[in-house]
Amino acid sequence: MLDIKNLNVSVEDNQILRDLSLKVGSGEVHAIMGPNGSGKSTIAHTLAGNPNYEIISGDVNFNDKDLLKMDPSERSLSGLFLAFQYPIELPGVTNASYLKQIVNVHRKHRGENPIEAGDFLKLLKEKSSCLNIPMDMHSRFVNAGFSGGEKKKNEVLQLDLLNPNLVIMDETDSGLDVDALKSTSEAVNQLRSSNRSFIIITHYLRLLEYIEPDFVHVFQDGSIIESGDKSLANRIDKEGYA
Amino acid sequence: MNKVNKDNFKQDKYKYGFVTDIESEKIPKGLNEDVVKLISKKKEEPEWMLEWRLKAFERLQHMSPPKWVKAKFDDIDFQDLYYYASPKNFKEKPKSLDEVDPKLLETYEKLGIPLKEQKVLAGVAVDAVFDSVSVATTFKDKLDEIGVIFCPISEAVKNHPELVKKYLGSVIPITDHYYATLNSAVFSDGSFVYIPKGVKCPMELSTYFRINASETGQFERTLIIADEDSYVSYLEGCTAPMRDENQLHAANVELVALENAEIKYSTVQNWYPGDENGIGGIYNFVTKRGLCKGRNSKISWTQVETGSAITWKYPSCILKGDNSVGEFYSVAITNNFQQADTGTKMIHLGKNTKSRIISKGISAGKSSNTYRGLVNFHRKAKNAKNFTQCDSLLVGDKCSAHTIPLTENSSNDSSIEHEATTSKISDDQLFYVMQRGMTAEDAQGLIVNGFCKEVLQKLPMEFAVEAQKLVNISLEGSIG
Repeated sequence: MLDIKNLNVSVEDNQILRDLSLKVGSGEVHAIMGPNGSGKSTIAHTLAGNPNYEIISGDVNFNDKDLLKMDPSERSLSGLFLAFQYPIELPGVTNASYLKQIVNVHRKHRGENPIEAGDFLKLLKEKSSCLNIPMDMHSRFVNAGFSGGEKKKNEVLQLDLLNPNLVIMDETDSGLDVDALKSTSEAVNQLRSSNRSFIIITHYLRLLEYIEPDFVHVFQDGSIIESGDKSLANRIDKEGYA
Repeated sequence: MNKVNKDNFKQDKYKYGFVTDIESEKIPKGLNEDVVKLISKKKEEPEWMLEWRLKAFERLQHMSPPKWVKAKFDDIDFQDLYYYASPKNFKEKPKSLDEVDPKLLETYEKLGIPLKEQKVLAGVAVDAVFDSVSVATTFKDKLDEIGVIFCPISEAVKNHPELVKKYLGSVIPITDHYYATLNSAVFSDGSFVYIPKGVKCPMELSTYFRINASETGQFERTLIIADEDSYVSYLEGCTAPMRDENQLHAANVELVALENAEIKYSTVQNWYPGDENGIGGIYNFVTKRGLCKGRNSKISWTQVETGSAITWKYPSCILKGDNSVGEFYSVAITNNFQQADTGTKMIHLGKNTKSRIISKGISAGKSSNTYRGLVNFHRKAKNAKNFTQCDSLLVGDKCSAHTIPLTENSSNDSSIEHEATTSKISDDQLFYVMQRGMTAEDAQGLIVNGFCKEVLQKLPMEFAVEAQKLVNISLEGSIG
């Protein structure tokens, strides 16, 4: 599914990722844990193709394609989804119309007709209720004036609507209260399947108590220093990163 | 942003830039009394009309073009222009569409304005103006039945002199300013609308202006009168061929709304904007003014300005009748080297008059976009209210946006609210939307349409979708 080999990345001339390598197989859930400022988000943004992140060297193979050659929209259409740590506001663009448009872009890519308005509303109601999102949130502008929790739920909703096969969640748990964390995690767990992989980037153990990872990686100074199973996360929670 | 995206990016050239291969008949170049007389003769005008023109021409001799616009351009040589051009052998407007030159029908078809009865847009009557003449008007008979007059102004001069005499120049006097006075002297064609008392016009009325001939100015003159208790929605569209010369379009549009009448006037202006190096394009120097003459009357201007090398216009309302309402909704987009200096004037004379101004300026490339507005409360305008909102959106960092709102208040119990914002499409926004699968272009379109949706929604439904597409096309090539 995803094979990262010796990836070196810099941001504004500061090297952040150093020889990062990671393999993610189909259906696997990988957690990447690390202290603040260790460059965890850089992995997420690099994989999603944010042009502010400069590739120095390395290869990334995604479903037998050269990921680094694709632009952000091609990556999305090929099935890569990034749930943003800080979702971006789009003033003037209503959430419902935005969601419908991104759904249709993916349908078009698959050679399908645009979704009927009625069908979309049904779909939106169904998916929103799983996440306890009130429908009136969709008549507001995308992320504008949303609370931290609403923004994160809106990210998971987009993930649910777009059916990606690789999901990168960048600190999705930050800004969520316990109830929101539960409903969001439940929604994510529902989305786990044998052909969908997850990379979950987090600072804390608590998200991993709800979404159980197959692998845990400790990330420090731009690369993975230790890998293991879920018990590694528990140990870090007790002993810290040092 | 989007180094990777440049390759997939293709610039849709100006879609309406073709030239119709039709022989045109022009009168000699230059601006003089003989030219004014010749235009009047071509139009077979009555004596009073010629006198009116000559009065304007005489006045013009003592005027000079205003210079205060925030746009740079070389002086126009008014002697080096053709003031009248029509398709050759076009003596009289064809009685039926079967007699219209197929090349002209084909031209309008290509522009998306089919004129043949079986293909026309349902619910929209169209007057097609080609250079200096109206070549066809649809649904005329149907409108005649309910007493609505919709015809080229040249026909109205002959067939409805009492209305034309009474109202022509009543809102924009022939002494107004250089371009308005020039128009009064040499105006060629445009539309005339009269909605009788108590009639709500059942269809959209629309004029489609096309400049085809080279080195020719177009001097549109439009006059719309809504009698008591009537309503009309009118829309104009404009396009021109791609040429490396600058062509002048100096229009005068006058609206008169009597008691309880409402006029909704929409413009989708897509004149050729010039190329990406700023060569060519239309100079769109237009005077548009509406008079809310009667009590409770309402005039609403909606404009989507995407074309022209220079746009210089202020569709305005004189709120004379008590309780009258003026509205101005505008989206002005400039890309490459385009320059726009546009806005409105709301002159409050009557009591309880209200005005509302929503202006959305979008600048991209190396363009300059200025909102200039005046809200004036006369001493007698008791309890008058204005709300103004001016928002600017910048795309890239080589363009500029300016907001020049002026208020003059001589009334003590009136209120003015003004809001203004300037924002920029950020790389983060583009990346976010692209991460969901949209191309850079579509991502930008989504954000821009969100920005100006409030105004686009004011357009008649038949045109709102077109306008939205136009907004996206106008900005193509502005990122990367």
